[in-house]
Amino acid sequence: MTDFTIHHTPDPQADTSLPDPNQDTFFTTVLGFWMYLMTDCVFFAAFFATYAVLHNNTFGGPSSRELFSLSTAFIETMILLCSSVTCGMAMLAALRGKKNQIIAWLAVTFLLGASFMALELHEFTHLVESGNSWTRSAFLSSFFALVGTHGLHVSIGLLWMFVVTMQVFYWGVTVDTFRRLVVFSLFWHFLDVVWIFIFTFVYLMGVI
Amino acid sequence: MFGKLTLEAFKHEPSQTFAVISMALGGIALIGLIFYLKRWKWLWQEWFTTVDPKRIGIMYIIVALILFSKGFADALMMRMHQALSVGDAHGFLSPGHFQEVFSAHGTTMIFFVGMGMVFGFMNLIIPLQIGARDVAYPFLNALGFWLFASAATLSLVSLAIGRFSATGWLAYPPLSGLEYSPGEGVDYWIWIVQIAGVGTTLSGINFLVTILKMRCPGMKLMTMPIFTWSILCAMVLVIFAFPILTATLCMLTLDRYLGMHFFTVSGGGNLMMYVNLVWAWGHPEVYILILPAFGIFSEVVPTFSEKRLFGYVSMVWALILITFLSFIVWLHHFFTMGASANVNAFFGIMTMLIAIPTGVKIFNWLFTKFRGRVHFDSPMLWFFAFVLNFTIGGMTGILLSAPPVDFQVHNSLFLIAHFHGMVIGGMLFGVFCGFTYWFPKVTGFFLSERLNQYAFWCWFVGFLLAFMPLYMLGFMGATRRLDHYEEATNWNPLFLTVAAGAFIILCGAVIQIYGLFMSIKNRKKNMDLTGDPWNGRTLEWSIPSPPPIYNFAIIPTVDQIDPLWAIKRGQAPKPHYDYEDILLPKNTPMGLYIGILSLIFGFTMTWHIFWLALVSLFGIIGCVIFKLSSPAEHEVITAAEVKEIEAAYLRRSITA
Amino acid sequence: MHDHLSLKAIQKEWHGTVKSYLIGFIASFLLTTISFTLVSTHALTGHTLVYTIIGLALTQAILQLLFFLHVGQEPKPRWETIVFFFMVMVLLIIVGGSLWIMNDLNDRVMSEMTEAMSHD
Repeated sequence: MTDFTIHHTPDPQADTSLPDPNQDTFFTTVLGFWMYLMTDCVFFAAFFATYAVLHNNTFGGPSSRELFSLSTAFIETMILLCSSVTCGMAMLAALRGKKNQIIAWLAVTFLLGASFMALELHEFTHLVESGNSWTRSAFLSSFFALVGTHGLHVSIGLLWMFVVTMQVFYWGVTVDTFRRLVVFSLFWHFLDVVWIFIFTFVYLMGVI
Repeated sequence: MFGKLTLEAFKHEPSQTFAVISMALGGIALIGLIFYLKRWKWLWQEWFTTVDPKRIGIMYIIVALILFSKGFADALMMRMHQALSVGDAHGFLSPGHFQEVFSAHGTTMIFFVGMGMVFGFMNLIIPLQIGARDVAYPFLNALGFWLFASAATLSLVSLAIGRFSATGWLAYPPLSGLEYSPGEGVDYWIWIVQIAGVGTTLSGINFLVTILKMRCPGMKLMTMPIFTWSILCAMVLVIFAFPILTATLCMLTLDRYLGMHFFTVSGGGNLMMYVNLVWAWGHPEVYILILPAFGIFSEVVPTFSEKRLFGYVSMVWALILITFLSFIVWLHHFFTMGASANVNAFFGIMTMLIAIPTGVKIFNWLFTKFRGRVHFDSPMLWFFAFVLNFTIGGMTGILLSAPPVDFQVHNSLFLIAHFHGMVIGGMLFGVFCGFTYWFPKVTGFFLSERLNQYAFWCWFVGFLLAFMPLYMLGFMGATRRLDHYEEATNWNPLFLTVAAGAFIILCGAVIQIYGLFMSIKNRKKNMDLTGDPWNGRTLEWSIPSPPPIYNFAIIPTVDQIDPLWAIKRGQAPKPHYDYEDILLPKNTPMGLYIGILSLIFGFTMTWHIFWLALVSLFGIIGCVIFKLSSPAEHEVITAAEVKEIEAAYLRRSITA
Repeated sequence: MHDHLSLKAIQKEWHGTVKSYLIGFIASFLLTTISFTLVSTHALTGHTLVYTIIGLALTQAILQLLFFLHVGQEPKPRWETIVFFFMVMVLLIIVGGSLWIMNDLNDRVMSEMTEAMSHD
């Protein structure tokens, strides 16, 4: 289809507190996605609340003190934090329109994110194989559900990252790909913020 | 290969078989009709692939009406059965079937009729009232509808294949857990509600952003129509409450599919947490249903009193206060679960507080009418019925909000009478009011006012007869969901009255459907040629009926409440007539495809046909990636075309 | 129907500098390390430890919200910020309320010990 860029010069004196019906798609999309992130926060909150209620219900089985490894959690935290920063670097490259830098930074972010998932899956596998799967107790159910939900979000983020990177590779930095990069980066940063609460309330509090 | 699905699933009790065959015949007749009229291409282009909220709104209402017939049939069956099932007689529904019927009734009415009507009205009216041409995310809007329709279809499929849930409309564990409901019923319920819930959440985000960002120039928040305000508040409730439901049902799903122990009796589960979480969603949900109805009355009452709404600012603050309060009252749904006096007292007091802003609204509507020129057309009749029935129901709500009283009547028919007063007396009457009010705008022709009035009286009398006795029955000890009782209770005469009331309501509903068909048949003789049959105050009445695809040829500029009255009184800024090219989003089949794939996903997950569920899930992901990677496509309506269309409307209204 | 502002105009509106990401990174790194160290070395114990690590977590979250997610830096009207605060309020109500209710109910459920005592 033809390119529908209409050249609309925003009035510098415009009262931006009133909505402009000709407003650009960019800010509308960002606001909408932000609202979605807010719903995701409430979604996670329900899992957090349930974990808080059920975390002592070990049904005779092992508790978090016996099962959690702080060193693993620390490494996972650092990996995810670094990936959040490298994602930020990709965004800075996008602001300057530097296609190759974007792809490079996103590749690093992807590797870090994939490492995070690998570690987490390893942790889960170990738990399951030692007889402590989610069927063992309500504590383990709520643990696997909460941390697993976060992991599922990260996995979806990895897929999304891959698609966005391909788009930048084929189409460069355009109005559309820039907007998609911004939206993706909001999602990726948000996952790191959620993780702060997971490592604090699940892992750290779990071994105290 | 077919999971748990066997031929057994197709065998039903006689009443169910009858329903399934009627449904199938109806479906076949409809498909035959479309073939006969050669309308497939038209359906595809104008309806199945549309991203126009005006069309999507109509589709929501059509689905809601179809599902209403199912939900209402459930209600009639229950009341007929209860009128007969006394002493040695046992009615005509087996206990198991009775349980499925009341579960289906509640689920259908809340998720498909209530939410369908709210979202339908939202789509039809919000863009028009805020002076916009479209919503913020047209494709997402279509997707939200198709997910809704997919869930509705799944609920109809659950009637035909296998059994539906027998655990009520909220599926409390442990009854809804794997141990006590190992069959497909609860799984059907879970996927129906989850798919519908995702659609609702997406549409909630959509309309919230639309109202915040796409109002026409000059329309500040405090000059928006109250209906728009009520939708704004309802959508805030949607986006913050629905994720709780999604999460809670995920946990129930994990219990049922992966053997987790969130809500199981063994393993350390805590089933009270389910009740807690589900009502943390459930209470905002009922306000999501009622606030738009309040908004509708705020539009109709001033228009039909020829007087501006009394207390605009207090109306807005009342809405905001109700929205906030609805997040801190949820425990009143389970006072009897055993919390301590402090907890019960806190939530009881919070519940009583909600009556205050609600009362403010009712008084404001009444003050609006005072010294106005009141027109007793059917929209106003619905308002009067609402004031009576909603107030009675609301007052019993205050009674219920006192924990000691609630301990006596929790889960009795007193409770049923209360909340039906809210949803029928409040929400449904609001919907009927809005339907009769906005019908000419949306379709371009009128409903028969005479038939509207007959239908109204049937509903009003029928409702009183069908629900007032329930208060008495509640006090006499009758619990809800009861499929049999003893002669000595003396409940039978009251149950007979209630059944009679249900039949009178049926007459009302039949008159409404008949009236709808007759209006469509006689539409050429009853056209709304001015676009403003009621002397409206808000922007939707400033454009032709039905609105052109672009809504407004020129985006209006407003500067006060009731902008159309301002224009009529010469107080408004004069519109200019420089037409511009208008870009509208192109149609897309992706919403429909994702809806169909979701239907397959829900069905195959229910029956544990996991390989096919995985395939459909990949299909959904693929469609989403494809759609979100495509550039936005538009169609252009040139300024010249707009000018011609507007000129044609002008000619038509002049020759009226 | 939405006009597309040119790419350059959007890029001027969006935020983020190397400085902001570095500050966010270093602060998060430090706060995380402190938290883990406090717990693993038992430098603090009991309620002090719990409140400290919660405080550190909240601080880190706020810093990431400011420096990575640029909350509060969007053009007026700041709908994102308003919605964010509303979400926090709902979150506190749901989580806090649920914990209050469930703990209260738990206190009133017969534990194994009292149940054994009642079956004399």
